[in-house]
Amino acid sequence: MSEPILSLRGLNTHIAQYHILHGVEFDVPRGQLTMLLGRNGAGKTTTLRSIMGLWRASAGEILFEGRNIAGLSTPEIARLGIAYVPESMAIFADLTVKENLVLAARNGPLDGARLDWLFGLFPAMKRFWTLPAGVLSGGQKQMLAVSRAIVEPRKLLLVDEPSKGLAPSIIANMITAFRELKQGDTTILLVEQNFNFARQLGDSVAVMDDGRIVHRGSMAALASDAGLQQKLLGLSLDAHQ
Amino acid sequence: MTATVKAATADALPQVRTDRLPLLILPVVMLLALPAIFDVPAWLTLTLAGLAMGMMIFLMASGLTLVFGLMDVLNFGHGAFISVGAFVGASVMLPLAAWMQADSFALNMAVLLPGILAAMLVSGALGYGFERIVIAPVYGQHLKQILITMGGLIVAEQAIHVVWGPDQIPLPRPTSLRGAFIIGDVAIEKYRLLAVAVGLLVFLAMMLVLNRTKLGLLIRAGVENREMVESLGYRIKRLFVGVFVAGSALAGLGGVMWALYQETVTASMGMQVMVLVFIVIIIGGLGSVGGCFIGALLVGLTANYVGFLAPKLALGSNILLMVLILLWRPQGLYPVARR
Ligand SMILES: Nc1ncnc2c1ncn2[C@@H]1O[C@H](COP(=O)(O)OP(=O)(O)OP(=O)(O)O)[C@@H](O)[C@H]1O
Ligand SMILES: [Mg+2]
Repeated sequence: MSEPILSLRGLNTHIAQYHILHGVEFDVPRGQLTMLLGRNGAGKTTTLRSIMGLWRASAGEILFEGRNIAGLSTPEIARLGIAYVPESMAIFADLTVKENLVLAARNGPLDGARLDWLFGLFPAMKRFWTLPAGVLSGGQKQMLAVSRAIVEPRKLLLVDEPSKGLAPSIIANMITAFRELKQGDTTILLVEQNFNFARQLGDSVAVMDDGRIVHRGSMAALASDAGLQQKLLGLSLDAHQ
Repeated sequence: MTATVKAATADALPQVRTDRLPLLILPVVMLLALPAIFDVPAWLTLTLAGLAMGMMIFLMASGLTLVFGLMDVLNFGHGAFISVGAFVGASVMLPLAAWMQADSFALNMAVLLPGILAAMLVSGALGYGFERIVIAPVYGQHLKQILITMGGLIVAEQAIHVVWGPDQIPLPRPTSLRGAFIIGDVAIEKYRLLAVAVGLLVFLAMMLVLNRTKLGLLIRAGVENREMVESLGYRIKRLFVGVFVAGSALAGLGGVMWALYQETVTASMGMQVMVLVFIVIIIGGLGSVGGCFIGALLVGLTANYVGFLAPKLALGSNILLMVLILLWRPQGLYPVARR
């Protein structure tokens, strides 16, 4: 296998005086979809924020395409080709849907063909194009947050719980979107609580608990082992459905 | 400005309703004042005076509200840019007093415009230095910001005493901006008209930039959520420095205009108007330029109406106004959506 696009090596992060991440280590293979799973409070969001430079790593390395990006500023990290969909979605409520996407397109005007593709995945974006994003429903905001991350091609997407609060039909669209992105050569690191969603998409998987990685492997292996799921995630697939 | 939803059902497009209620306050206040003053010409004069004063306060306040909105920076030193602008403007204009007092619009402008330009340049440059040296070390620390920017204001005032001397400087208005147009019983002071025109122009230009340019969108987005703006790859600090410098330059413009209005320049004028400036940005909703504009006009009108009707209450009237508005809308007229 080729060199992973992203590797975390002994990543430690403190938030104020609290030691949250204790040596997180895993790889995100290029062109694949890697799932980061774990219970509430395991440190998944903190891991993504550390990669984006929104929390400073206190020790360890974050290697992106072989280069240590720990210590770079958030805008520098973004400009290396990493896009982030935060758990809070963080859409700009006062700006229209269009303006949200215009800001996300750093390389100039919006690309028509790319937009058509986006509108195909998330028709709501087209319908609400000129409305302030603040009036969107929760699910539509989530679609906008994802659209913003993919309005231009990026190398790596960090997506934090995109399925939260979404209707099943929209989740299906979201799954299609991530599949098509992957085919288009985008690597994705996806945090997910919904294991049913996760198993449909993930190639490989890392499971966190208490600020550490407690399991790494293929999604296929985890999906077929209910006992392991029970042990790692405290749930069985049946119970979750 | 903010918008609210009526219904966001799956099928119907949500109804976007622009929040126009605060816009109604201005005409309501004007109309309430009319019977109280009971004298149409006096009411017209006071209204124009109030609008002119409001526009000048808007010039001084607009930058500060964005500075707060973008970086949560409480800059009590903003008044220094107002005073310094006024002194720099005076330094350019006073040596050319002969042209100022000449009965020629062209000669008057040949002094006034360079004076204003110099004031804006120096205040803007000072703003740049102030941001780098005083503000940058205390990002995110409100208590330190209050202390150090207050300190900066005091230092600036003392520095003004050193450079321009301890006395207030008279600054007569140029000839063509003195006097009034008389229409019937109504006197319309020329300078007040100019102040209204400049204020409107700056407001419209700001709205244009904020709503129609990518830079403006970034500023508005940054006021809502600066982390996300950075995550999209934009350096918010740079944006902030730009806004800070522009806001300082506008404060310098406001300072010159205010000084010409009062026809004197004093080192403490910045600190004195800062009370009004803070009331205005709180009334408007911290970070909102539109709210700041309405708030400034409201404060200007109130000060003039109350100053006429009950001079003893003039001082407290703006604070009362702020309390009333905050009782109605605790976040100010146009609260900015955040995080
Ligand atoms: N701003 C903060 N200040 C202090 N502690 C924090 C902060 N943010 C997160 N934490 C703590 O860090 C730990 C990891 O939080 P994190 O948000 O990374 O978990 P998570 O795996 O994303 O959880 P969830 O599934 O609930 O989103 C938690 O114990 C949390 O309380
Ligand atoms: Mg989380």
